[in-house]
Amino acid sequence: MSLVVENLTIDHGAIRAISNVSFKVPEGQLAAIIGANGAGKTTLLRTLSGLKEAVSGGATWNGESILDKKPEDLARSGIMHVSDGKSVIAELSVKENLALTGLWRKDKKDVAAATAEVVELFPILGQRMAQTAGSLSGGERQMLAIGRSLIARPKLLLLDEPSLGLAPLIVEQIFQSIKDLVKRLNLTVVLVEQNAMGALKIANEGIVLSLGSVVAVDSAQTLLNDPAVRAAYLGF
Amino acid sequence: MNQFITAVLTSLSTGAIYALMSIALVLVWRSTRVINFAQAGQAILTTYIGYEVVTRSGSYWIGLICAVISGALLGAGIDRFFMRPIFKRVNSGPIVMIAPVVATLALLGIIQAIIGFIWGLSYQTIEAPISTGGLTIFGSIVAFSPFNLMVLIAVTLSMISLTILFQKTNIGLALRASAYAPEIAKLSGIRVDAVRTLGWALAGAAGGLAGMLYIPGSNLYPNAMDVLLVFGFIAAVIGGLDSLFGAVAGAMILGFAVNFSASYISYKLVFPTAFLILIVVLLIKPKGVFSSGKSRSA
Repeated sequence: MSLVVENLTIDHGAIRAISNVSFKVPEGQLAAIIGANGAGKTTLLRTLSGLKEAVSGGATWNGESILDKKPEDLARSGIMHVSDGKSVIAELSVKENLALTGLWRKDKKDVAAATAEVVELFPILGQRMAQTAGSLSGGERQMLAIGRSLIARPKLLLLDEPSLGLAPLIVEQIFQSIKDLVKRLNLTVVLVEQNAMGALKIANEGIVLSLGSVVAVDSAQTLLNDPAVRAAYLGF
Repeated sequence: MNQFITAVLTSLSTGAIYALMSIALVLVWRSTRVINFAQAGQAILTTYIGYEVVTRSGSYWIGLICAVISGALLGAGIDRFFMRPIFKRVNSGPIVMIAPVVATLALLGIIQAIIGFIWGLSYQTIEAPISTGGLTIFGSIVAFSPFNLMVLIAVTLSMISLTILFQKTNIGLALRASAYAPEIAKLSGIRVDAVRTLGWALAGAAGGLAGMLYIPGSNLYPNAMDVLLVFGFIAAVIGGLDSLFGAVAGAMILGFAVNFSASYISYKLVFPTAFLILIVVLLIKPKGVFSSGKSRSA
């Protein structure tokens, strides 16, 4: 199983957001897509999860095209997109937010088991079950959003800026749990981040986007150590 | 005293009918972000179907059940085969905000014209299943009948069922999630389009029920529900458009205001009172009287 993106081109309104982007993420690997604000990272993820149409090119998961499918069908087939910021439903309780990804699953026993695992992973959620998601802190919301996606037993996780607006200590904690999850559940992850340093530290591979095009692809370690890449694209 | 008791009781039973229409509008608004003007047409068409069944079978109850079921089917059909294609076709520019609403207005006109062709424009009546004569309370007769009491009980039971459906069931959770955040719901694997159609079906059923409870105390003609659409809409705005509880509370506020001003001052004040409340709410608490000050979220 792997995610293969080939010559993908996407428009955002009248603007070409992504042009001719190709990359591959093998099963069980974490790829970080980094780049400045406006590089087209979010548009790319929205297309991979079925929220947005591509102009041309292809994307396959496990050999099957994912571009012509609806987001709810992709979600049900194990491709979970945790959209940017804190993608929780503020009006619903923590418990109800977690239940969303279990509603359509037939195996209710496994839903219960998966929910218990999520609470074990993020114990704070267990204490907040009856509270509305709107009352959570930014970090707790991010845990809830990731936790909710895990209850669907995903194979491919698309994470959009999980660090957005979080305190550095919390960011480190979230990144660490993502890294652990990849290892423990053999997840394949596409992590879109502006926080390039943090993302590359946990990633296997790094893909640098600039103005809608791929400008560098290499192992995360190499990108972190390459002074030219650091200066030109990572800004540190 | 008699006048007061009468006013309270009629406020409750008319408020209950407004509540059904208001809930129908709120259900559609929550799921589709459209004010469904066709609601009056859907409700009256299904009431005509109920009327036809009552006439042929001789049973009000069978007619009531048929009206509610056909209301649900009609609502679902309108969303699936009329609204969904419109949303698909119209997806950019300023027309996006207007097209769906105008479409429901057009639909209202078409439905009422169809009714005219089939049943004619003259008044028909649906016989109430139980007495519509005033009850005797404290030795005097008040303008509140056993049928009015039945209306009140039927609406209360529907509200309780709807509340249980929304708060205690998986379908209810899907309905709420799709209303608050359709994109997150989709990404969680919920079939938001189907859930939306269910919202339209529930609204259609509420409209059919409203018609079958309202018409026996009035007359049946193609425009008979138009006034209820207006009152239901005002009640929904009072309640904040998004909230089922707000819709019911708004309907009760409106029912009491309208009936008390009619009873104690003049029946000519029914419409001015209703519109005055609408304007005051829009000026002072445009997000609805029960909003907590936080912005109305999608």
